[in-house]
Amino acid sequence: MLSSIVRRLLQTIGVVLVMSALVFAALYLVGDPVSMLASPEATDAERELIRRSLGLDLPLWRQYLIFLNKALVHLDFGNSFLTGEPAIRLILDRMPATLELATAAMFFALLIGVPLGIYAGLKPESFGSRSVMTGSVLGFSLPNFWVGLMLIMVFAVFLHWLPAGGRGPAEAFGPVRLSVFSWEGWRSLLLPVATIAIAKCALIIRVTRAATRECLPLDYIKFARARGLSERRVLGVHLLKNILIPIITIAGLEYGQVFAFAVVTESVFSWPGIGKLLIDSIITLDRPVVVAYLMLTVVFLSALNLLVDIVYTILDPRVQSKAGA
Amino acid sequence: MSTTDIALASAAVPAARESMLRLFAEQFVASKLAMLGLVLLLLFLCLAIFAPWIAPQNPFDIATLNIMDSKLPPGSHSSSGAITFWLGTDGQARDVLSAILYGLRISLIVGFVSVSAAFAIGATVGLISAYFGGRIDALLMRIVDIQLSFPAILVALVLLSLLGKGVDKVIYALVAVQWAYFARAARGAAIVERNKEYVQAARCMSLSWQRILWRHIFPNCIPPLMVIATIDLAHAIALEATLSFLGVGVPVTEPSLGMLISNGYEFMMSGSYWIAFFPGIALALVVVAINLVGDHLRDILNPRNEI
Repeated sequence: MLSSIVRRLLQTIGVVLVMSALVFAALYLVGDPVSMLASPEATDAERELIRRSLGLDLPLWRQYLIFLNKALVHLDFGNSFLTGEPAIRLILDRMPATLELATAAMFFALLIGVPLGIYAGLKPESFGSRSVMTGSVLGFSLPNFWVGLMLIMVFAVFLHWLPAGGRGPAEAFGPVRLSVFSWEGWRSLLLPVATIAIAKCALIIRVTRAATRECLPLDYIKFARARGLSERRVLGVHLLKNILIPIITIAGLEYGQVFAFAVVTESVFSWPGIGKLLIDSIITLDRPVVVAYLMLTVVFLSALNLLVDIVYTILDPRVQSKAGA
Repeated sequence: MSTTDIALASAAVPAARESMLRLFAEQFVASKLAMLGLVLLLLFLCLAIFAPWIAPQNPFDIATLNIMDSKLPPGSHSSSGAITFWLGTDGQARDVLSAILYGLRISLIVGFVSVSAAFAIGATVGLISAYFGGRIDALLMRIVDIQLSFPAILVALVLLSLLGKGVDKVIYALVAVQWAYFARAARGAAIVERNKEYVQAARCMSLSWQRILWRHIFPNCIPPLMVIATIDLAHAIALEATLSFLGVGVPVTEPSLGMLISNGYEFMMSGSYWIAFFPGIALALVVVAINLVGDHLRDILNPRNEI
């Protein structure tokens, strides 16, 4: 098992390196920074001087290694063109807001999705579960920003119950500032969390339903029932334990998607997280921030995938024996 | 073998195909929701195609716009009295209904073109990967894995930030994020087909690999690919709307549904909800209609449905 984890770890490092090369190629080779920095009247000699001072005269692979060294060893992606602050600082400052949003959304998606999914799997032909399944088609097909807009329209513009955007007061916990511990904070969180949770809930429902339908006809469930165990125990312990494997896997992978799709939700609700920062940086061509965001996201998503794989191996003994054979 | 036998055998082939199609049609019609989706989709296609003849106004013709008519609520008449704005007007006095009809065209064109291109590229990669196996397969699937491990929205955002705005550029970005789904599905289907007897028979006839791949294996891989294509069509339209809403998609001169919603967003807070609301409803109906069809197609065509 350890060897398979090490192998996956090496693969992950490989993916991160490949992605860093792609990000480097995409953002550093398109367009000539010298033409932006030098004045239009600059002579060729002056341009050459700028080129040399920026290290742009070095061979490509050396430039890439310098970039990699700075990025991975010193976490230095350069300073934001706009504020002059280190790009990585800007992103880390806003990270808690995004993580807070993504975690709360995933929590609610699981809280609502798993019971509904089990219900839909137990009685696939009933009217209730048909409605749940049709509802889930709506949930995952409606674009995220659309759901957000509708929620704003109903709850902020017409009913005036909740704020249309922004983040509530955040309290500091060491270096991390969170807004989940106050009522005001939750008022602002509710709509963006609902926006993301609706889409993810639909997916969790489908995964849970499929897993439930797969597990129900198995012998161990029949045996548990034959032993006269209460339905509650059969479903709550025996069934749940087994269907949790795919649910945790999907939830883990989806957490990464939520993290990335927060770009949209944060823009709609002016949520001061890293997604909003990315869009603002793309529009203002703040290249160091975009690069730093992409690299951090690559590492975060790869680490998440790795983690999900490891948890999966621990939860499901069948995977382990397969890998060993 | 008598001549009647041959005649019977040759007659049986089209009959079998027809009954397969009929079986498929019967299964499809069985779901009322899927039929509703299909009817809605066809309706929207007609509206998009005939938009210039149906729309009360050409929203791109600035000469016909009268600034006095801006931000009128649904059902009001234009100042000249010639047009009734059933769904109201936007900040530039454009009829929202006409803008939706023209926006529908752009959204659907972007969706269909990008999905067709992604289908072509993805199916080619997937079939080659499955047919040749070995190193080619490992390399191609590694690329697909890396591509799929990154959220579509991020890849599209970064590509568009490099390429700039434009309908063609949005299509490139959408193809870039979607081909991998087709590649994986095509490979999965083709690997199963590759080992079947009819492929071995074709090999024994020493047909060229191109012919075996495209004329023998590919037709049998179409059903799962059609499912992916339908679901991806909805996905492409939604993603294009999202990108346009974020301001990196189509240019202002060619407003898709997402762009219309984005334009109306600023007026929503002040109570002129219809400018963003009705394009939003149109977008939602299109996407949901396609997904209802796709969801049911998956039930019929993929007996082993995953999610």
